[in-house]
Amino acid sequence: MELGVYSFGDVQKDPVTGKLGSTAQATRNLLEAIQLADQVGLDYFGIGEHHTYEMPASAATVVLGAAASTTKNIKLGSAVTVLSTDDPVRVYQQFATLDALSNGRAEITAGRGSSTESFPLFGHSLNDYDELYAEKLDLLLKINESESITWSGKFRPALNEALIVPRPENGSLPIWLATGGNPHSSVRAGLLGLPISYAIIGGQASRFAPLADLYRRAAAQANIPEAQIKVSVASPGFVGDDAAQAKERFWTHWHAVMESLGKIRGFAPPPRHHYDKEASGGGALFVGAPEEIAERIVTLHKSIGHMRQFLQMDVGQLPQKEFLRSIELLGTRVKPLVDAELGAARS
Amino acid sequence: MKAADVKTIGILGAGRVGTALARRAIAAGYDVKIATSRPPAEIGLLVEIMVPGARAETAEAVIAGSDVVVLALPLSKYRNLRPALFAGKIVVDAMNYWAPTDGVMSEFEGDRASSEIIQDYLTDALIVRSFNHMGYHEIEEEARAAGHPDRRALAVAGDDAQARRVVAAFIDHLGFDPVDAGELAASRSFVTGTPIFGASLDQAEMTRVLQGTYERAY
Repeated sequence: MELGVYSFGDVQKDPVTGKLGSTAQATRNLLEAIQLADQVGLDYFGIGEHHTYEMPASAATVVLGAAASTTKNIKLGSAVTVLSTDDPVRVYQQFATLDALSNGRAEITAGRGSSTESFPLFGHSLNDYDELYAEKLDLLLKINESESITWSGKFRPALNEALIVPRPENGSLPIWLATGGNPHSSVRAGLLGLPISYAIIGGQASRFAPLADLYRRAAAQANIPEAQIKVSVASPGFVGDDAAQAKERFWTHWHAVMESLGKIRGFAPPPRHHYDKEASGGGALFVGAPEEIAERIVTLHKSIGHMRQFLQMDVGQLPQKEFLRSIELLGTRVKPLVDAELGAARS
Repeated sequence: MKAADVKTIGILGAGRVGTALARRAIAAGYDVKIATSRPPAEIGLLVEIMVPGARAETAEAVIAGSDVVVLALPLSKYRNLRPALFAGKIVVDAMNYWAPTDGVMSEFEGDRASSEIIQDYLTDALIVRSFNHMGYHEIEEEARAAGHPDRRALAVAGDDAQARRVVAAFIDHLGFDPVDAGELAASRSFVTGTPIFGASLDQAEMTRVLQGTYERAY
């Protein structure tokens, strides 16, 4: 089982004044986190594209590129790239460059994005949500298959025997399809033979088991080779030395995020008892002491059969020091326990 | 249609909401048919795995063969629905207008609730709004037997009182306490951005909040 981390590059908050830190500092913090994740033996770090002051990780490949030269083993990816509002040619060039600099450690995770700031920013309409995604995914996959491409579509100029370089170290890039649980997305990933990344951010995590089954069945129907079929799980999570303290600490930050998100999207923020339920047992929030988190990851593996789980720890301006400690515990304490149960990751 | 006669639920949409509602309805003993904009054969595997026991059919067959029809498609696709098929049908609208994530649609930008626009479009249907204010996975995880202290409430609004009663009984069977909010315009008090949306309320709390927001919503 691979373990990892993902982040939207959250800015810090001064604990005394309550003032938000700079987006530049947040970007440097993110790089520091990736380097530590590599040092403590984690397998994967993903940056989720966002375009807000609180979450300024808008240019993932630049940060990952910096990390490429200061890390050794960790896989570097997006979690997610909002493909609908980007140019697949540009996305590919950037990740192929990252792949070259990291000696084959780059991965793309394509998604529609649950945050939609990039639509007005890059001049796209949310009304084209489905169409944009379908067309851009099609182009991205074609570029991954061949360095010379002839293609035409609705949302960008046609390409005629265009050369897309550099090419990936290992021939092609892993392109994951991210989904929040719409069954049609699992079918799509299965039929295309793409690895699938489930964002499980609420409710009981094992409710994604039928989706993973659907994904595998769709892939089998399309005669996709077994080796191409992979499931990963992205969840909020935080590892602390003490379980009660970890749950208390994460609550403050997670609740702050839900509250501000709720204001924008018009939903009531979940109460504490809801959080307590989801931050334990089969819930989607992997918050607690190392032993507990290892056990919960192993339990989820029994129902979903995922080969990678990665946690979003630095939500709601979690102090960098605690973010780093959580990464360290995931690598040094959780990972050995999970490996002991499930065997070390094959890479 | 009387509440006791409701045996078959037709669900339009096989996304997160549609499949969760379908599974819950099957667990509660209903026959369930599902349709999407794709041919039934294309969603056969999806329905087989995600909603064991349900049947994938054409939208036409699902609407004609069901006692209650649930709209669980993305709101942006409502114009794909053919109004003539819905004449006289009890139709539960579980959709939401969510501009920050789904984009702006001008017809939903006014003060009226999205269900009122859906009722205008499906002129001869008996639209009842409900389920829209609850998270889709909670439809399964939060269902409780009648009388359970943790049983949550679902608001019900629609212009036809009998249709409201039928849907209320359906909700009760699924494991929630229905709270009659009144006519369809009253659903303005449980759309996105209202205190009810996403909140976990029991019957008494729901009744109180609905009464409190009713005047403001007009």
